[in-house]
Amino acid sequence: MLKQTEGSKAVAEAIALCRPEVICAYPISPQTHIVEALGEMVKSGNLTPCEFINVESEFAAMSVAIGASAAGARAYTATASQGLLFMAEAVYNASGLGLPIVMTVANRAIGAPINIWNDHSDSLSQRDSGWMQLFAETNQEALDLHIQAFRLAEELSMPIMVCMDGFILTHAFERVDMPTQQQVDDYLPPFEPRQVLDPAEPVSIGAMVGPEAFMEVRYLAHAKQMQALELIPQLAAEFKETFGRDSGGLVRSYCIEDAETVIIAMGSILGTIKDVVDEMREAGHKIGVLGIISYRPFPLEQVRAALLGCKRFLVLEKSLAVGMGGIVATDVRMAVSGSGLKGFTAVAGLGGRPIPKSSLHTLFRQAEKEDLPPVTFLDLDWDAVNKQLEREKTTRRSGPAAENILHDKGIVSAKFG
Amino acid sequence: MFEIRVHGRGGQGVVTAAEMLSVAAFEEGRHAQAFPSFGSERTGAPVVAFCRISDKEIRLREPVMEPDAIIVQDPTLLHQIDVFAGLKQDGYVLLNSHHSLETLGLGELVKQRRSERFCTLPATELGLKHVGRPIPNVPLLAGFAALSGIIKLESVIKAINEKFSGKVALGNIAAAEEAYLLVQAMMKEQADA
Repeated sequence: MLKQTEGSKAVAEAIALCRPEVICAYPISPQTHIVEALGEMVKSGNLTPCEFINVESEFAAMSVAIGASAAGARAYTATASQGLLFMAEAVYNASGLGLPIVMTVANRAIGAPINIWNDHSDSLSQRDSGWMQLFAETNQEALDLHIQAFRLAEELSMPIMVCMDGFILTHAFERVDMPTQQQVDDYLPPFEPRQVLDPAEPVSIGAMVGPEAFMEVRYLAHAKQMQALELIPQLAAEFKETFGRDSGGLVRSYCIEDAETVIIAMGSILGTIKDVVDEMREAGHKIGVLGIISYRPFPLEQVRAALLGCKRFLVLEKSLAVGMGGIVATDVRMAVSGSGLKGFTAVAGLGGRPIPKSSLHTLFRQAEKEDLPPVTFLDLDWDAVNKQLEREKTTRRSGPAAENILHDKGIVSAKFG
Repeated sequence: MFEIRVHGRGGQGVVTAAEMLSVAAFEEGRHAQAFPSFGSERTGAPVVAFCRISDKEIRLREPVMEPDAIIVQDPTLLHQIDVFAGLKQDGYVLLNSHHSLETLGLGELVKQRRSERFCTLPATELGLKHVGRPIPNVPLLAGFAALSGIIKLESVIKAINEKFSGKVALGNIAAAEEAYLLVQAMMKEQADA
């Protein structure tokens, strides 16, 4: 059924349709509306049987999800930013133990400086944790990906993060097509765990593993993600059969057939990029877009195949590998290694900095002309940066950088309007 | 695409206004996208929310920088921030005030623009009268429907019924209907003058 609703509410409804049995929640912006809505559904008896557990921290949230999943329950939680970092040890445990937990990450920057706005630093910091990571472009895709995620997680017995841009998607009201319970039941069978703590057939989960077997267990996590590369497109195709729309998959291309320049990105910024590409196409530019939906596993082959026909590519990412450059760009370069393709990286939108079409028009034209440094920081205020660098050069006690820059920009506190 | 920016203060239902506007447009079969200016909203602090309405799917995610219409829920913001920033030359402005545009010091601005697209509405008073609370957002939405014709009053009423129920819904509908008629009357008065 078509409805106009908030992204968080849409995701909460989709989660409820997936019949989770345990939801552990600790509030942190911008994911709070999702678990709040689920909490209301459990309390009102609209989501049953399901236990909603308020925990005392994100570390506890993931620990409870681990326990619930090991006991054979379909377990769900959501987090963002520092919350994800706080649960990091348990995040690795969930994947190390092979427990199919689904978690929404409402992507948000990581402090310091403290910042509640969107970028991809949080989930990308858990890149090597063994969790799969799928990125939604729209609220429709966010809710669809959650339904696919339970199938994928439970088939492989591995956990998944469904990543949606904090505020930009979570707090946006837009049109979504909400599936029926019957459709979701047809697509997603009840959870049949590959391992379960069952008093009737006792096992122990979480043995200490020494050098003699550790590598094999770790390799299996990698093997599972390689299997996911096969499974993700299959599940997306089945999803289309049941629900009638394209959602998910490994990558999604737009106007790349004859493109000489391809822009690569993840998440909601793909929408703005497509609008810019349409405008540039009208003006005769041969430009296209490749959206990466599955960040982990990373679809090296599909990315390579999509890019081989172009002359150059630009990875636009909401993340920064400090001391190196791009995070997503590194993977993309790996995908095309040996091809001789010219690649550029643009770091954009950190901490919620808007990414306007006007800036993208300029950036993409520079990319076309290959008139870019290897790493560009989109709309960076160089005056502010240089002023602080100069201060540090000339003054030993140059003071705290964030406060200095706010002062230089004449901002008393973070801007809320 | 038609883009609207709503200004107000935390507690005045600014974000709700943009969301309800998007619901009203959706009820007319159009695509709509509403989103807040992504802040930690605090009671009394300036708050901004946006709404886009289009006949096609809306993919754009940048903030609205050149709005076709601006709704100001609190006229004291006029002294604090440039609420008209980026407004298109032929844009619409609806201000919550029982004062005239001239009294608010906007006479000059209105002269440079299409004056028939500017209007004030005593929305706080309408909220108090019909709902018992000084929340101006719903009357302003109905006033905006009358001023711009971008959405219909009945769509605003549908959005009210989706958001509220019982007495609160009925009060808001009454406030919306009176606001719609008031703005229509003011527009007629101006056209006749």
